[in-house]
Amino acid sequence: MKPPMTPLERVLTTLRYVEPDRVPFFLLLTMHGARELQVPLAEYWRSPDLIAEGQLRLREKFGHDCLVGAPYAAADVEAWGGEVIFRDDGPPNAGEPLIADVEDIRTLQPPPIEGNPVIAATLRVIELLAERSHDVPVVGGLVAPFSLPVMQLGFERYLLLMRDRPDLFERLMSINEEYCVAVANAQLAAGATAVGFADPVASTTVVDPQVYRDVASRIAARTMGRIHGGVALNVASGRCLEIIGEMAQTGAVAVQVGPDEDLAALKHAAGGGVALLGNLNGIAMRHWTPGQAEAEVKKALAAAGPGGGYVLADGHGEIPFQVPDDVLLAIAEAVRRWGVYPLDWADPPA
Amino acid sequence: MDQPAEEFRQALLAMDRVAALAVLGGALRPDDPFTSLEEVVVPALESIGDEWENGPVSLAQLYMAGRIAEEAVRQVAPETGPYTGSRIGIAVLEDHHALGKRLVLSALRAAGYGVQDYGHGLSVSRLAQRVHEDRPDVLLVSTLMLPSALSVRRLVAELELPGSRPTVIVGGAPFRMDPGLWHEVGADATGRNSAEAVALVQQFTGGAS
Repeated sequence: MKPPMTPLERVLTTLRYVEPDRVPFFLLLTMHGARELQVPLAEYWRSPDLIAEGQLRLREKFGHDCLVGAPYAAADVEAWGGEVIFRDDGPPNAGEPLIADVEDIRTLQPPPIEGNPVIAATLRVIELLAERSHDVPVVGGLVAPFSLPVMQLGFERYLLLMRDRPDLFERLMSINEEYCVAVANAQLAAGATAVGFADPVASTTVVDPQVYRDVASRIAARTMGRIHGGVALNVASGRCLEIIGEMAQTGAVAVQVGPDEDLAALKHAAGGGVALLGNLNGIAMRHWTPGQAEAEVKKALAAAGPGGGYVLADGHGEIPFQVPDDVLLAIAEAVRRWGVYPLDWADPPA
Repeated sequence: MDQPAEEFRQALLAMDRVAALAVLGGALRPDDPFTSLEEVVVPALESIGDEWENGPVSLAQLYMAGRIAEEAVRQVAPETGPYTGSRIGIAVLEDHHALGKRLVLSALRAAGYGVQDYGHGLSVSRLAQRVHEDRPDVLLVSTLMLPSALSVRRLVAELELPGSRPTVIVGGAPFRMDPGLWHEVGADATGRNSAEAVALVQQFTGGAS
């Protein structure tokens, strides 16, 4: 009998559309580590040591196949000097937009990576995780150039900028690309196995598919082309079925897909060009019974597991702090029970 | 959908302000403008909201459609509004992402309602204070993340204290992803998109006409 694969082997195998020993699963838990260590979130966020320790303990508890090295999305506006609002029951959130007047984009510069305390804290988390765990993927993360303006400008002003000010839009994209490339490569150099590329604005929930094809995919591909490692796209619960073929062309190794879409249809449309992560509903998960958790896991495994190219995860990229451990344990147990290849129990996809 | 509403819908999706104005101007009954808005604007926005819900329309289109509809109503029927039969307030709770509120505001104004905008990034106590001062009949609360959606429970409790609270309609991603969440937090209803929010306001206020 073959020894079980390490999490890293398992993930790398499935990314090639080859079935590993079992379906890998990512529990993208950015806050539960604080509960595990019995410290308030405010204290947790301030300490890379606590965050790394929390990640390792969570993996010990649930046995999932990754460690999360990027603590929270709003760090990507905090690093620019933007306002971030911390709370004791959820992730920090971006405050008032960073850019007061769109004309300021003309003189805007990305923040330096070196010496930036926000970026340094994330890099330290990644270093600690990479030092202490060699066979588990450490996933970094950043907000994509095309989506960062929601925090920089506010959503409404960003939509209007896209429509009315192509000159300033292009300049902002170019600035954001420089920032994202520098941050992603710093995370990879610190020991991240891959980086998550959060691009919710690129989803067809937010922009027309043609805008993705003409604009967003071009920006994503240009940015990813300069990132020296694997990139997993994430559309934060948005829809992407119509554009998944184009997403595969950006250079991403995986796309995290949302709970509103049919996983089997997404897998079919991806055509082997890009692996999928997803698509459990993290918000509804709060109330799942162990039986529901098992049923949801089985449904996802049957839809996307056969043939590899699939990592079971939530569909958003972050499991809410309010999801209880019992549910996470039930998910983990269900993957271990039903996710062992070959998935003989699952009907072949139509 | 009747022809004027369908033409108005098409003009909104094409982001054609001139056509939207022409359709609405042609359909408006000067003696009963609110009925015209209900027959033309509301179904068009409802249809676009459904199309966003089901995929073919993007949030960017939904946003622009709401803006154009709001502007068309203001230009074509400035003397009609706002309808002031019921007091309506709107706010984003504990979040600075205000697009959801903007979408609902545009749709309500296009349907002829006057709305008091309490702003965004409000704490529970600040919003409760605004509501106590302003005494709206209906309060629309937009949230983006689960913790702020759960804070609606505290908001509703604070609004209960004086004994008569407004009808609370909630919206935003957490409520879309967990269909039972609005009930869990003690709200009276949830709208999955801006058109649904308008329909709920009509239902709770007896309509703008």
